[in-house]
Order: sequence, then structure tokens, then C-alpha cells
Amino acid sequence: MTTLAPDVTRHAPPLLNKKKSRSPFSAGNIARHVLLIFFVLIVLMPLYVLIVTSFKSGREIGVNGQWTLPETWTLASWQKAWTALGPSFLRTFQLAIPVALISSFVGAANGFVLSRWRFPGADVVFTLILFGMFIPYQAVMIPLREVVQFIGLPSGIPTLTFVHVIYGIPICTLIFRNYYATTVPVELIEAGRVDGAGLLRTFRSLILPISVPGFVVTIIWQFTSSWNDYLFAIFLSNTRNGPITIALNALAGAQSPDYAASMAGALITSLPTLLVYVLLGRWFIGGLMAGAVKS
Amino acid sequence: MLVYGLIGWTINLSMQDRHNARDSKGFVGLDNYTKLFTDDINDRFLHSLKNLLIFTAVFMIGTLVLGMIWALLLERGARAEGIFRTVYLFPMAVSFVASGVVWRWLMNPGQDDNSGGINAIFHGFGLDFLQNPWWTDPDWGMAAMAVPAIWQLAGYVMALFLAGFRGIPDELREAAAMDGATTYQLYRRVLFPQLTPTVLSAMIITGHMSMKMFDLIMSVSGAQWITEVPAVYVWQTLLTSDYAKAAAISVFLLIVVAIVVVPYLVNVNRAEKRSS
Repeated sequence: MTTLAPDVTRHAPPLLNKKKSRSPFSAGNIARHVLLIFFVLIVLMPLYVLIVTSFKSGREIGVNGQWTLPETWTLASWQKAWTALGPSFLRTFQLAIPVALISSFVGAANGFVLSRWRFPGADVVFTLILFGMFIPYQAVMIPLREVVQFIGLPSGIPTLTFVHVIYGIPICTLIFRNYYATTVPVELIEAGRVDGAGLLRTFRSLILPISVPGFVVTIIWQFTSSWNDYLFAIFLSNTRNGPITIALNALAGAQSPDYAASMAGALITSLPTLLVYVLLGRWFIGGLMAGAVKS
Repeated sequence: MLVYGLIGWTINLSMQDRHNARDSKGFVGLDNYTKLFTDDINDRFLHSLKNLLIFTAVFMIGTLVLGMIWALLLERGARAEGIFRTVYLFPMAVSFVASGVVWRWLMNPGQDDNSGGINAIFHGFGLDFLQNPWWTDPDWGMAAMAVPAIWQLAGYVMALFLAGFRGIPDELREAAAMDGATTYQLYRRVLFPQLTPTVLSAMIITGHMSMKMFDLIMSVSGAQWITEVPAVYVWQTLLTSDYAKAAAISVFLLIVVAIVVVPYLVNVNRAEKRSS
């Protein structure tokens, strides 16, 4: 098993394997929890600033008093941010949902083939796919624009969908390959073959139904990475037809930015990915954690 | 495979004499590369490389240290462990563009009575000597730029380490306890050596991320000389339609990533073969 890709197969045991401390009130244990809470406060600090600033009115915003609560709570900045970001907010869903679904599906098919079928040169192909996860965007983006123009994809969301699907295939393939290699018993495939099922049929009726944990991880991964991407977005689209990161940057990057509105905008931008993370994060963290265990 | 075709295209482009929107004026071999190192205005490329080096070092050490501390604190189970883990990991879900908005505010360079953000906290607690101009400092600005990046990814490194700890068989701990090892000795001699592969993965992951770092820098400082790294330089070069130069910088980045990652992947592959 490789050490890099999130491995979804073993998330349950290590997470549930909590060892209760013997003496909950020992000095060391209390110190440990105090430290843990201290770090929680540090990690949440930027979130606090985002929230309080976004509810302040214009005259309350200055370098002084960044940490104080607003004197009068107002939604004006939220309205302003939504006006600026609303259209791109909806567009980004049109980008991130298809990207997540398509690349997961292609990844599942690829992963299945790579885990079962030892064709000549499989090692080389596998290493190339692995390295695919590490290729910097910069190395492909200039010719990419020409390819996109050649195919005739309209600028904006369709182009970005295409690009993110292509770029997401390596990691999705890898996740599924690890998943199938460790969970699908050979007997299952053989039983299918005895019943006369071909590769395609085996995949459709035997493999897909048991792939749900793999799909959860790849869908979260692809959804967040295409939602959060900025480099491809700024390169292949613009504020009028691009995703939300561009709109947010336009809102926040002006010469004299409206801080309250940009903070409200940053919160709006982060909401979907945070929601996905909070709702499905349990499995995702498990996948990430277990992915590092070398077996 | 399309991606590899595109890389070939970029490599070809990086060897062309194509420095404006018009067609290439011919093949120039490695000229574009040598020019980056010897003939760039104000040594701009070398400057961005130096920045990248500082950023990578601070980012890598920061995430490793913080991730390790968190993992050590959580490793033997804590009350509400799930909550701590979720909080430490949540910044990962946020885009660099969104977090850049708030970090630009937190790393406000104003000091003393004009201080805001983190400097205001230092000022408020009487820790004035800790106040600093953050990313606007010409020498250390790049180190400050790594602070938000550490905030975002330390949780991920923690998850890797936690998984590493949980992957160590309990028998090892028991055996060490039997031999009368102190807690310090247990970690120093038994547990840490087992984590070497995890440290290596964490370094590879954070290292390759730092090569690509673009979103965060653009949204905190914009395209400024003080914080320019190669990834931002590529973008700036593209804005002037100097395609060949942008391609040359990109290929350089790719080569650096490949030099680090490929031996690692080959190693992982070999280890996998041995174990199966």
C-alpha cells in the first residue's frame, strides 16, 4: 500500500481504538487538556475575527479594535458580499458537483482495472499516475489554454470542469486502487467470472455497489479542491463567468478593500466546503489518517 | 496521459524564442533557462527562489512541529478527541483565497498604538518585542507568509502522525514497559523511529505544496517583489505574454518536484512489492 493516498479501507479500527486514560485527574492529563484547548483557541482565532468583522458597520472598522465585538450588529456587509458573490456561488456548484462525480467515477473504473489486471507495463503506468498527483499546475497551464481553445470549450465553468476532471483522475484512481486491492476478495471476482460476467459487467454489478466508502473520500476531495482552486480559475476564466474564488479575490483585492464585506465574502465562500467537511468529515479524516499507515 | 502530452508541449515551448503574443521565432535550446539564472533583471528569478526556500523551510518545520505536538497530545486518547481533531483539521477545508482575506488583516504591520491583528495581541499583553511588520519585511517577510500556510496544514500533518502512532503495535509499548523504559525513553527509542516513513510522507506532501504556493501569496500580499516566488513569477510573466520564459520557470519547478518525488515513489513501489 502506498503511503500517500488516503486509504479508505482501514478507517474504522484506528479511530475507534481509543484507550481511556487511567487517571483522568492526574496533573499530566490536565496539563495535556489545557494545552489542547489553548491550541483550539489559536486555530479558531482567525474564524472569530472573520465573524465579528463581518457584522460590523463601516465606521467601526479600523486597525484598532479588530478584536472587539461589534457595537451594533449589522447585516449590511453580508448583503453587499452576497450581491458580489451570489452569481459565482451558484456557478461554482455547477463546477464542483460534476467534477466530483465524474472524476470519482473515472477513478473507480481506472482503479479497478489497475488493481486486478496485470498488463505489461502496469508498473510504469502506475508510477506515472502516482507522479501525476504531484505535477504543479504551472507545468501544464500554458498549453492547456490552447488545447481548450482547440476543442472549442467556452471559457469559464465548462473549461474548468474539464480541467479539474483531468487533473483529479490520478488521485481518484489511486484511492480506488488501494481500496479495491485491499477490500475486494478475489473470490468475488472469480464467482462473477464463473457466472459469465465480463470485465465491464463485473465492474457494474459487483464492484460499484461496494465502492461507497471510496466514493465518499474522492467526492469530498474533488469537491473541495475544485471549489477552492484559484490558479486554474484565474487563468481560464474571469470574474464574469468564473468560480467564486475569483469573485472573492476581486472583492477583497481592491485598492481600498471593504474589510467587512470581504470577510463576509470569505465566510460565504468557505461555507459549502466547511459543510461538506463537517457532515462527511468523519470518514474523510479516517481515510486521511489511515492513508499514512504503512502496512 | 493528456497531462504528460501537455508537459511535453510546455518543455518544447520553454526552448523557443517566443517572448510575445506572436509566433515563435525559432528554437533556442536551453537559452531561456540560462538566462533565468544569469541574465534576469535584478536577479528576479534568484530572488524568487530564495523566497521559496525560506517559505518552504518555515512551512515544513512549522507544520511538522505543530502537527507532532498535536498528535502527541492526542495520541493516547483525550476526552472529546473527535472535537479537537475536527477543529485542528478544519482549516484544510478553507481555500487559501478565503483564509488570505483574514490573514492579511491579522498580519497587519501596524505597531504599538496603530497595531491590529496579532500585533495588537502582543501589544495588549505587553509583549511589544514580538511585534513585527510580518510579510512587509524585506528580509523575513517570506517567513511570515508561511504562518497562514502552517495554520491550514498543520492539522493534516497531525492526522498523518496520529495514524502513524496508531499503526504501531501495542506489543512494542508493552515490551518497552516491561524492560522498565521511562516514557521519554519509550518515545525516543521505540516510537519515534517507527514514525520515520510518516515524517518522510509529510515532508513530501508539504514540500510539493510549497512549490506550488500561489493562491495564498496572491491573496495576502498580491504580486509584490518582497514575497515573489516562482509560481507567482510565472503568472506575472504570462501577463506580459512572455510565454517561453513562463514555460521555462514552470519546467524548472516541475524538475525540482520530480527530483524529490520520483525517488520516493520508486522506493514506495519497491517496498510495496516486497511486502506483497
